[in-house]
Amino acid sequence: MSASLASLFAPGFFGSSTVHVALLVGAVVALVAGAVGVFTVMRGQSFAGEALGDIQTTGGSGAFLVSVPLLWGYVAVSVVAAAAMELIGIQRARGRDLATGIVLGVALGLAALFLSLLATSQNTTGAPFTILFGSMFVIASSTIPLILLLSAIVATVVAILYRPLLLGSVSAELAAARGIPVRLVGALYLLALALSVALAAMTIGTILSTALLIGPAATALRLTRRPGAAILAAGVIGIGAMWLGIVLAYDSYDWPPIHQGWPVSFFVVSIIFALYLLAGVPRLWRARRRGGNPAVVAGEG
Amino acid sequence: MSSEPGSSERQEVLSVEDVSVRLAGREVLKEVSFSICAGEFTGLIGSNGAGKTTLFRVILGLQASTAGKVLVAGSPRSRRNPQIGYVPQKFLLDPDVPLRARDLVGLGLDGHRFGIARPSRARRELVDEMLAAVDAQAFADARVGTLSGGEQQRVLIAHALISRPKLLLLDEPLANLDLPSGQEVVALLARIASEQGIAILISAHEMNPLLPVMERIVYLVGGRAASGTTEEVVRTDVLSELYGRKVEVLHIHGRVLVVAGPGNDSDDAHKHEGPLIAVEIVQ
Repeated sequence: MSASLASLFAPGFFGSSTVHVALLVGAVVALVAGAVGVFTVMRGQSFAGEALGDIQTTGGSGAFLVSVPLLWGYVAVSVVAAAAMELIGIQRARGRDLATGIVLGVALGLAALFLSLLATSQNTTGAPFTILFGSMFVIASSTIPLILLLSAIVATVVAILYRPLLLGSVSAELAAARGIPVRLVGALYLLALALSVALAAMTIGTILSTALLIGPAATALRLTRRPGAAILAAGVIGIGAMWLGIVLAYDSYDWPPIHQGWPVSFFVVSIIFALYLLAGVPRLWRARRRGGNPAVVAGEG
Repeated sequence: MSSEPGSSERQEVLSVEDVSVRLAGREVLKEVSFSICAGEFTGLIGSNGAGKTTLFRVILGLQASTAGKVLVAGSPRSRRNPQIGYVPQKFLLDPDVPLRARDLVGLGLDGHRFGIARPSRARRELVDEMLAAVDAQAFADARVGTLSGGEQQRVLIAHALISRPKLLLLDEPLANLDLPSGQEVVALLARIASEQGIAILISAHEMNPLLPVMERIVYLVGGRAASGTTEEVVRTDVLSELYGRKVEVLHIHGRVLVVAGPGNDSDDAHKHEGPLIAVEIVQ
C-alpha cells in the first residue's frame, strides 16, 4: 500500500515550491467555489456562472495584452460583467437568461479580438491556452495574497448572507415578505459568484472555471440533505479533485505522447465528473432494492 | 359592511381602510375596506385578476397603496412585520435542493437575519413543536422538494407560524392541491385559528372548500370588495351590486353557486370587467 502510494507521487513533488503554491491556491479556491457553487445550483444560476467564466477569457487576454497580472483582468471583467447582468435584469425570472446571454455575447466578441491579437504576437505563445484551460504550475507566488484576500471576501459575503440566501432560493416572494432586501442580497451574491469564478479561472481556466463551482456542489447535493453539510461536502470534494489533479498532472510529465505534462484542468474536471457519477450510485442501488424504476427514482431524489 | 358597530370585544388584528391601488394606470383595488379579528377565519374570494394578490402585497408592505391605510394590530404596518405570517403560492423547489422540512421551518424563525444560525436546544425544540402542530413530523427530515403539494403547504404553514404571528396570510393554498389534501389543510388552519387565536386570511378563487370553516368573507370583484360574515355577503342583492348587474346565489346540495341572473346575456357578461361566467360556479 505504502509502495503504491509512494509511486503516486513523482520524485520532487513535495519539494517543489510550484507544487506548494498550486496545492495552497487549489485548496482555498476549491473551498470558496464549493460554498458559492451550492447556492448557484440551488438558485438555478448555473448558466450565469458559466457565462461569467467564459467572459473572463476577455479579461485574461486583455490582461496579457496590456501586461498586467492575469487575476486583475479576471476580477475586473468578472465584476463589470456581473454589474451589467444585474442592470439588464438578471433578477427577473424572465430576464435572467436574456441578461446573461447579452453580456456573454458582447464579452466573447471582445475575447475573439484579444485572442487573435495575442496569437499574432510572438512572445505570448502559451497565453491563450493558459487563459482558456488554466495552469496551476505557473501561478506566481506574488498573487497569493490577492487570491487569499478575494477568497476571504467571498467567504465573508456567503457567511453573512447565508440565511437570506437560503430563504431566497426557496421563494423570493417569501424572502421579500420577511423584509429581506431581495434585490441587494441577489446583487451581492452575484458579486461573490463573479469573484469566485475569477478565482477558479486562475486554477483551471476560464472555460472550465464553473466546473469547479457546479460539479462539486451538484455532487454534494446528491449526498446530503442539509445546506451546511452540502457546502462542506462540496468544499471537500473540490479540494480532493484539485489535489489529486495536481498530483496526476505532476506525474504526467513522464507520460506519452508529449512528455510535457497533461493539463491539470483535464484531471481536475475528469475527477469531478467521476465523483458526480459515483455519487449517483447509492441512489440507484436504493432504488433497485426498493424495486422501483431506477431512472424515475433517481430523478426524484 | 366592513365592521359591525358595537362589537368592541372583537380585537382587530388587521384593519384595511379604503385602500385603493393604481398600477400602470389601472385601478386594481378600489376603496377596499374590511377588518379581521383574532381567531377569525376569513376567506378572500375572487377570480384571477380580481386583486387578491395585490391586496396581499399591500398588507405585507410590498406594494404601496394609492389611498387608504392598513393597520396591523392597531399600528401602521412596517415592511418587516413579525406579526404577519405569510404562506406564498406554490413554489417549485428541486428535489435535489439540500433543505429539509425542519430547515425551512427554522428559517421562519430567523431566515431574515444575517450570518449563520447557531444550533441550540431551544431552537430545535421550537422547530419540533411547530412540525408537530402541522402533523409534519413524519417528513421532518425529508428534503422539501421531495414532498407532495399538501406536505409542502403544511411545512410552509409551520414556517409562517414559528414567529408567533397574530395574522396568517395564505395565497391560494388550495390552488394546486387535490380535494382531500385541500380539506386537510383547511381543517388544520381552522384548528390553528381557534386553538392559537390567530387570525387567518386565505385567498381562493372558489369559496366552497372554505365554507365549512370560513366565518367571514372578503369578496373581490374587479378590485371592489364586499365583506362581512358569509351570510351577509354571499347574497343575491349584495353580490349583484358588487358585480354591477344581476347575479343569483344558489344553494345546491350544500354548495354555493353564483350564477348570472335572468336578463343577462352571457356574451354581455363576458365583456363586463368583473369576470362573471354565464353559469359562474364561483363554487
